[in-house]
Amino acid sequence: MKLNDMEKAMLAGEMGEPRRWAMDHMIKVGRMFDAADLVPVSQVHMMADPESIGEAGADFMAKMAAHPEKDRRVAVPMITDPRGVDLNYYRPLGQSEEMAALERRFITACEKLGILMTDTCINYQTIMPPVLGDHVAFGDTGVVIYCNSVLGARSNFEGGPSALAAGLTGRTPRYGLHLDEKRRATRRFMVKEQPKGLTDWGVLGAVIGRMAGSYWEVPVVEGIENKPTSDAMKHFGAAMASWGSTPLFHIVGVTPEAPTLAAVGGDKLTAEPVQKSDLDALRSNFGGKGDKIDIVVFAAPQLSIVEMQQVADLVTGKTLAKSTAMIVCTSPAVYADATRMGLVANIEGSGAKVLQGTCFYQQYAREIGEANGWKRLLSNSAKIVNILGGYGYQPALASMEACVASAVAGEIV
Amino acid sequence: MTDRILKCHPGIGPVVEGRALVADDNFSARYDLDRIKGVFSRPQHKLAGQSYVDVILVLNTAKGGVASAWMLYEMKSRRIAPKAILFNAANTILVQGAALAEMAMCDRFADGDVTKLIKTGERLRVDPEQGQVTVLQDA
Repeated sequence: MKLNDMEKAMLAGEMGEPRRWAMDHMIKVGRMFDAADLVPVSQVHMMADPESIGEAGADFMAKMAAHPEKDRRVAVPMITDPRGVDLNYYRPLGQSEEMAALERRFITACEKLGILMTDTCINYQTIMPPVLGDHVAFGDTGVVIYCNSVLGARSNFEGGPSALAAGLTGRTPRYGLHLDEKRRATRRFMVKEQPKGLTDWGVLGAVIGRMAGSYWEVPVVEGIENKPTSDAMKHFGAAMASWGSTPLFHIVGVTPEAPTLAAVGGDKLTAEPVQKSDLDALRSNFGGKGDKIDIVVFAAPQLSIVEMQQVADLVTGKTLAKSTAMIVCTSPAVYADATRMGLVANIEGSGAKVLQGTCFYQQYAREIGEANGWKRLLSNSAKIVNILGGYGYQPALASMEACVASAVAGEIV
Repeated sequence: MTDRILKCHPGIGPVVEGRALVADDNFSARYDLDRIKGVFSRPQHKLAGQSYVDVILVLNTAKGGVASAWMLYEMKSRRIAPKAILFNAANTILVQGAALAEMAMCDRFADGDVTKLIKTGERLRVDPEQGQVTVLQDA
């Protein structure tokens, strides 16, 4: 891999051990993907919840944080994905002091590196959205697919260690979606059934993700008749990335790199229809009317302020069934706004709980499920129902309106 | 019978030997595994219920989220991890995780679908730097 003088100095350890480690890590990864060199990045977003990192990850970060400040300070703005423990509300969820201690230890290390603890997977709605052509190093698949697709930024899926390496050096290996040729469409889908709400968008994203099926496929989508909202794109992308490991899509006439089908090479591909039956088939895996539910979850991705208002409007004046819990996850920034606007009070007045800076599946989902007897779970997120089967849940999928009505009834309506 | 050599793209991590556990399915440490018990836990996975500890996993591709990068390191630190993972196509996350965990990982096999080239139980030597997997003749 071609390195400039500064990169060679970092690799030689002349700018401290953390940057030497970061260079070594990026060269290993870059070699496997045939990266010719490194590309500067404007900002970094790191996923690192305590369930994923464990004691080993916390120890690793603590070692980084023990280096002198000039050696450990990140080189570009670096922010964080949701945490695993809302330190204001973890005992009632059945999370342990050990989990909270691990969380605190990791946060302390991050702060010593100059990482901004934004604790959000909706940074593109709330912090600093990247711009067209902006090279970044983002974690959280939902963040990456949204920023690549809707904003035209350039990022691979960066796991926590690689995001950290990018933060320490201000660079990332130039492979994958940093390259023009990897952003051309490889599959062409024609939508036959217009999505109506956020869950419909999630289901459509899930179906296309599953059909595309690989990190290295780029779907281009035709047939969308109305301009989607940012929240719709959020659910569409998060579900596609979850079901397909897909980091980029184009929608003709919507996303910035696809003003036309030909602009992304889609005119040379055979169109594959996405039928109502494909969408129904995916939905049929997740619950049916009359099924009892233990918990309703709004998360994955965290809710925008607009979604917070929508949930609040639906639950205000209602009381949840005694047998059914409801958890709503949002970012600390949105939580502060939603508190100021009275939305949190309205939601919690129903018996629901709003958590800040976490996302349900990233916060020891298995352990909190077992501690609270939550097994039958309902959500409007096509992403979360895909994940939680592996955590011992029986997930079901419904619209936001149906989720709230079901939480009140105690069963799927 | 003689050893059979499979060429692949140069990979990551050390040379390792072990038994293959093969499925025409995908991989996510978060979605598919009970990382405490060391088994595949997602009921729909073709390896559901089987232990992944100290085997060489042979799978189609990686799927799902970025958590797997930290998780490989965490799993390796507790020694409840596979020795290596071979894919038809790795994604970025698994490669990044393998780099931190110093776990062997290879993909892009010259002779086609690796989940058909290798059978469960076969003994393998994985040499990532050389881009080579050897199916060893059992003694």
